Amino acid sequence: MTDQTIIAAPPDVPATAAQRGVGRHLTGWLLAAPLAGVLAIFLVLPILTIVVVSFWGATEFSIYPAFEFDNYAFLLTSDVTWRVFGNTFKYALITWAFTLLIGFTVAYYLAFHIRSLTWQIGLFLLCTVPFLTSNIIRMISWIPFLGREGIANSALLSWGVIDAPLDWLLFSDFSVILAFVHLYTLFMVVPIFNTMMRIDRSLIEAATDAGAGGWQTLWHVIIPLAKPGIMIGTIFVVTLVMGDFITVRFMSGSQSANVGRLISNDIGLLQYPSASATAVVLLVTVLLVIAVLLRFVDIRKEL
Amino acid sequence: MERRPRSFYVLTAFFGLFLIFLYGPTVTIGILSFQGPQGGLTFPMRGTSLHWFRDLFEQQAVGDIWGAFRRSLVLGLVVMVTTVVVSVMGGLAFRKRFAGSSVLFYLIVTSLVIPSILVSLGVGLIFNQTGLPVHWASSGYGSQLTWTLPFGLLIMFAVFNRFDRSYEEAARDLGASPWQTVRHVVLPIIAPSLIGVALFGFTLSYDEFARTLLTAGSYNTLPLEIFGMTTNVTTPVIFALGTLTTAFSFVVIGVFLAVVRVMGRRRARQGSDAGRGLV
Repeated sequence: MTDQTIIAAPPDVPATAAQRGVGRHLTGWLLAAPLAGVLAIFLVLPILTIVVVSFWGATEFSIYPAFEFDNYAFLLTSDVTWRVFGNTFKYALITWAFTLLIGFTVAYYLAFHIRSLTWQIGLFLLCTVPFLTSNIIRMISWIPFLGREGIANSALLSWGVIDAPLDWLLFSDFSVILAFVHLYTLFMVVPIFNTMMRIDRSLIEAATDAGAGGWQTLWHVIIPLAKPGIMIGTIFVVTLVMGDFITVRFMSGSQSANVGRLISNDIGLLQYPSASATAVVLLVTVLLVIAVLLRFVDIRKEL
Repeated sequence: MERRPRSFYVLTAFFGLFLIFLYGPTVTIGILSFQGPQGGLTFPMRGTSLHWFRDLFEQQAVGDIWGAFRRSLVLGLVVMVTTVVVSVMGGLAFRKRFAGSSVLFYLIVTSLVIPSILVSLGVGLIFNQTGLPVHWASSGYGSQLTWTLPFGLLIMFAVFNRFDRSYEEAARDLGASPWQTVRHVVLPIIAPSLIGVALFGFTLSYDEFARTLLTAGSYNTLPLEIFGMTTNVTTPVIFALGTLTTAFSFVVIGVFLAVVRVMGRRRARQGSDAGRGLV
């Protein structure tokens, strides 16, 4: 990604170099124009609209342009908001811990214990295929497992582990987090596997030769080198969980709330200004979290 | 063959459990969708039948799922083509720094991490306020692109970061124009990755829910239709639909993988095509 064009140009013809400079920008712009267009219309403009509308007012039936801070004042002084944000962070943190643990272990196994490349690719694909199927169906498919008369309860009952069916398996925080882990562990496996595959194997041999045990090699060599992958996975999981509204609604049976649900409830009531204000606060929160995480990793280098 | 350490067996068991965790539920609803007509949403199976699949094909049984499927299919294909073209162009653009390239890069990252409901809400609001009707082929299409394009571009970045520039230099030294270099050298080399981008473009669109929710208008895409069913359908018909959709996804993935394999084989068989361009 350096300015090779310019460096390659002979130093005694500055005009050509300058022309190439302009041409380089022009080609770049032309090639990037469709991308920039899509993002301008369907990403930047919507965000700006949300910010503007968050200052608007609303009646029961309509919304009207205004510049008032009522939406934010109501939002930030309400107990519900703080509780719901707390809940959102709770989901994000617990899901992050589980996906990291499982994702790291799986990636480690694939990268260091599977020796043939064909098997590595095959098993890796097996891990990524569910990502390309429908999330909603993957959520639905937990129902026969977790329900009162589901597989889990009947198995536990017949083994004599419990006397009465467990109620908290489905439509609870437990099922919400289970679904999150089920849906999003792939987002940890893929980037961590990717960085692990690029670790120079001779470093591990060197660690072994120097007398490091398996755990020492893992802790002092592999984990530090896999950190960029861990960070990218973390960004994925944390933002997906924080921005979610459908998993929480479906898997908690509408009994738990997170910020996404707060927004979608307001949308359902046509209270767009208040939905927008919540959305702005959520976006700022998510971006702050990412800004912190990005301090640990340069994404552009890691692709 | 050298002996495996004990950790290998422990981790193999862990990986096996992970795969069961990953696929178990899907397999379960696959089995349950063959419930007998009296069967419920969980085991035991009360006989086996194709009853619930037949139900899907009867028009009145549930909403307009076949219409929804057709719309999702068309939308998926259009999103796929757009994603491939725009990602390749974007990938080529990002090989050299241009004024504004880092802003654009951060926009791509934002597009990836922004909570989906914001896109849904924002696009919905724009169409609402300007009086345009929301429709799956306009607002829905654009909203889905904000989800598929970042993935396509990430793949392209990864591809071009590993791209050996000496091929292009060779083409240039032989007198190829920039367009000829792209057309006859760069594109053939990156073609297998484009299949990957296409696969992502199609499946992510086909399964997309959150960004399409407020932007699809009155005609639902398939995931929206399925979600609608979750609230009012309490029979295994929803499992039958889930099984069919998942099977369809598997077929699509299989086709794409087969194409990549065939391309790889053909490439290996033909080996070097040096001199072929000469007449």
